[in-house]
Order: sequence, then structure tokens, then C-alpha cells
Amino acid sequence: MNTHSGLAAGRSRSPRSFSARKVMSIRQGEIMWGYILIAPTVIGLGVFYLWPVVQTLYISMTKQGPFGGSSWVGISNFERLATPEFGQSLLNTLGYTAIVVFLGVPVATVLAAMLSTTKLRFRVFYRAAFFIPVITLPAAIGVLWRWIYNTDYGILNQILRFFGLNGSSWISDPNIALYSIAMVGVWMTVGYNIVIIAAGIQEVPAWYHEAAMLDGAGAVRRFFSITLSAISPTLFFVTVLAMIKALQVFDIVYLMVGDTSPAFDRVKPIVYYFYQSGFIENDKGFAAAVAIVLFILIASLTGVQFWIQKKWVQR
Amino acid sequence: MGAAMIRLRLPHCGIHVILIAGSAVMLAPFAWQFLTSVKSLNEATQVPPTLWPTQWIWTNYSDVFIHIPYAMMYLNTVLYAIIRTAGQLLFCSAAAYAFARLRFPGRGLIFAVCLSALMIPPELFILSQYQIMKGLGWLNTLQALFTPTIFSAFGTFLLRQFFVSLPIDVEEAARLDGCGPFQIYWRVMLPLAKPGLVALGILTVIAAWSDLLWPLIVNTQPQKMTLAVGLATLQGEFTVNYPVIMAAALIATAPLVLVFLFMHRRVVEGIAMSGSKG
Repeated sequence: MNTHSGLAAGRSRSPRSFSARKVMSIRQGEIMWGYILIAPTVIGLGVFYLWPVVQTLYISMTKQGPFGGSSWVGISNFERLATPEFGQSLLNTLGYTAIVVFLGVPVATVLAAMLSTTKLRFRVFYRAAFFIPVITLPAAIGVLWRWIYNTDYGILNQILRFFGLNGSSWISDPNIALYSIAMVGVWMTVGYNIVIIAAGIQEVPAWYHEAAMLDGAGAVRRFFSITLSAISPTLFFVTVLAMIKALQVFDIVYLMVGDTSPAFDRVKPIVYYFYQSGFIENDKGFAAAVAIVLFILIASLTGVQFWIQKKWVQR
Repeated sequence: MGAAMIRLRLPHCGIHVILIAGSAVMLAPFAWQFLTSVKSLNEATQVPPTLWPTQWIWTNYSDVFIHIPYAMMYLNTVLYAIIRTAGQLLFCSAAAYAFARLRFPGRGLIFAVCLSALMIPPELFILSQYQIMKGLGWLNTLQALFTPTIFSAFGTFLLRQFFVSLPIDVEEAARLDGCGPFQIYWRVMLPLAKPGLVALGILTVIAAWSDLLWPLIVNTQPQKMTLAVGLATLQGEFTVNYPVIMAAALIATAPLVLVFLFMHRRVVEGIAMSGSKG
């Protein structure tokens, strides 16, 4: 029986005549190739991403010497975080995030709805205009806005003076620097949010709108009563993503405000604090503790978002 | 008839006003950046400002290359972007195909463990990645830039979702023709997954080009820096020469913007796809 079907399999390529052995070897081939194909990624993620997390947990409990030695210090790195300076950078990060999320996402939603108007002319142009900051490297954006915000020669103050208004020290006045930077944060992320939200709007069935139009609902009314609830899962996704990214803000602050600026302490975000302690002051154990606190912050705020979404996201 | 047309157009008119104002807010800074980049330092710091340069100083652009090894930084950035993207496309697609279509013991568990890397903020592994690079003696090398970043949980997840959504018939047909798992992945599924690969490729090029923290940490010698780090250095050492800094920023920005203008639809679709699937 076995020999017979084996011969048949040899002669014909019909699937019915595969022998048990051949099926076994195909199955083993599948298993073997499965492991081979995932191997680089699994090993790479393990070595460079997952194991380092365990390593960071360990580092956070140690004091790292400059030449590689380390000593166990327990939770003292975490205790050292209880300073006004770290508290301030926590506040800075949360303030920046609040503006980028609660101003940026609604603005992007309104713009995305406008861009989704049927038969809108110049749509491609508008979409491209909003998108260009997304493909601009944040370092270049920081350089650009530092120049625009410049107290003496920046175009923003020049325009204000032209209208007879007093300018401001946008990024060196400690009281407003964070807001100035957060505006840039909104400016540079709005295009990305628009694309995601517009994709969500595309999926709203046209007959929702047609039915509402028959009932005499105008564009604004339809935006609030139909579009917003239909895209609420997309809005939730965009909000979570924008929040996670904003909590990790670093580049634009690094480029826009120097560490000698009077506003520096009032804008310094957690990741800057992490970079500074880990790689400038070479206090790796403390930096690891900062990173862990940041992770806990991100995880818990994301958790809160998931909990709140039950109240506003329509499924 | 005419009145009806106008009434119909009216709401669009309001939309256009807002969108034009919005576009101006997005584009004017870049226009201002360009105009500054071709002014003399005197003219750039003149009060009240000139809008149009009285003299076009194109040498600001060549000056960038004198002050810092910008050409090397350019090359480093291009190589970093190419190798990181090529590596991710290869490794992520291979793993993604296996996770989506091949059955092997432990698949679900291994995939879940890989996914967990998605939720970790980079700060949590950067310290240790740095120590690995230092241990290998790779600080200030090109491979320090791309070695950790050719692996991606995000890319694997994105492409896996893509493979899962592809019809299974083609694969079955190839299998009946005697193709092994590798041939099916390489010859049949990869070509089908082209939109997903393009999307991941675009996102990865943008990420590599923009990356600041990791290159800033591992490559501190000017010859080994990327453009983003170079800009930061230039800004730090050279704060007052605004026209040259603007020229440098524009040189760094230009390639991606040009690529975007040519591949506009693909880029936007790629981002939208990562949003709906990632």
C-alpha cells in the first residue's frame, strides 16, 4: 500500500497520490522553513530589544562605573528621582503632550473632514502642503522654528511689530517657551494625523450622509452627528499614537532650546533628562530609572485611554 | 440657475479659505527658510527685514560643507537609510510570512513575544543597545547605526497583517506545483505584498532620515554623524550664522521632499495603511 502510493507519487503530481512520507516531509519542511524565516527577526528582537529591557531593569538598580564596573544600589536611583527638577520635566512633558493631543487631534480632525469633501478642488495640493512637515526631519524643523521664534530677527516678531504689537521671547521666556514648542509639535504632526483620520472618513458609508442630507442636515451638522461617531475608533487610535509619541518628545526641544537658555528647565522633557543623565553625565543607572518611569507613565496613560474609550468610541 | 450654483459653491468657498490659510501656515515657514538661506548674514539680521534678498548669496550652501563634514554626513545618512530599509524589508517580510502562513510549534507564543517589543519606548533599550555597541567596539561606525534598527517588531506586524489579508488560492496553486515554503515566500508572496513592502519602505526611510537620539548617542565623531546630528552640532557651534544653518537644514530636507512630490500617492497610502493596520 505504502510502496504503491509512493510509486504513484513519483509518477504523477496529483495531490491525491502524496505518500504519508512525502506529506511528513512537506510538513517538516514547513516547520523548518518557519523557524528559518523567523530566526533573524526573533534573534534580532531578542538580542537588541527584549533582552536590553531586562538589562535596563538591572542597570536601574546599579551604579555604573565609568570603566565598566558596577555596584548594586537597590532602589536608590529611583529615590533620587524625587527632585523638583525631575518633577518639572515630568510636568513639561505632560504639558507638551496635552497640547499636542488635545489641540492637535481636533484640528487634524476638522481639516481631514474638510479635505474629504466630495469634489473638492486642489485636494492633492492641500494634502501635500499639510504633509510636508511630516517628511521633514525634526532636527531641521527645530532649526527652522528657532529662527522663526528668534526674539530680535525672527519673522514672527517682525510681523507682530508691523501690526504695532509687541513681540515676545517665544523660546527663551520661561513662561511661554513650552507653549511655543508645543505649537511646533502640533504643526509637525497635523499632516500625519490628517492622513490617518481621512482614511477613516473614507470608510464611512456614503449612504449615512445621503440619508442625513435627505433629512436636511447641513455639512456642519453631519460632521458632528455622523462623521465624528463613525470615525471614533480611528480617533481613538490617533489619540493614543499621538500621545505616546508626544510623551517621548526630544528632537525639537534639543534643537530649539539650548541648555544655557533661561527657559531650559521649563521645557526640558523626560527623554532629554534621560539623554543628559545617561550620556552626558554618564550616570547610566539613574538614566535607566528615568527610562523605567517614562515607560510606566506611557503604559498607565495608555491604559487610562483604553479605559475611557469605552465611554466614547462607538463599535 | 446661476444663483443656485453660487449657493452650492458657497460652503466649499469657506472650506477653501480655511485650507488655503492652513496651507500657508504649513508652507510659509519653508519659504522664509529658503529666503533666509540665500541672504547675507547682515541682511538676515536687519530690522525691519527684507522679504526678498537684495543679493543672492548662494555660497551659503557651499559654506555648509566647509564648516562641518556635511558630505560625509550625507553619505552616512543615505547608507543608514538604505541598509536599514533593505534589512527591514528582508527580515520583517520573511518573519511576517512565516507568522502569517506557515504552521510550526510555538508560532503564536513567539509572535506574541515579538509583538511585546512594539510597546516598549526606545529609551528602555537604548542604554543596553549602546553598551552592546560599545562592547563590540562599534561606536562611531556605520554598523552601529543600522545593526539594531534592521530588526523591527512594527514592520513584522505590519507585513504580517498584509500577508494574512492576501488570498490563499495563489499559494495553494504554487504548493500543488511543487513549490517549497521558501519559493512560495520569495517568488509568489513577496511580489503580491508589494504595496505593503512599499509602505514599510517609505516609513523606514523617513524614520532613518529623521532619527536623532540613537545616532547622537553612538556616533559622536563628526565624520560618522548623520545629517540630523550634524544639524544639531552646527546649531550648537554656529548659532549666529542663520543663513548657513538654514541652507544646511534645507539641504538635509530636500531629498525626502522631492521623493514625496514624485511618489505622493504612495507615501500617503503607505501612512494610511500603517494607521489602519498597525
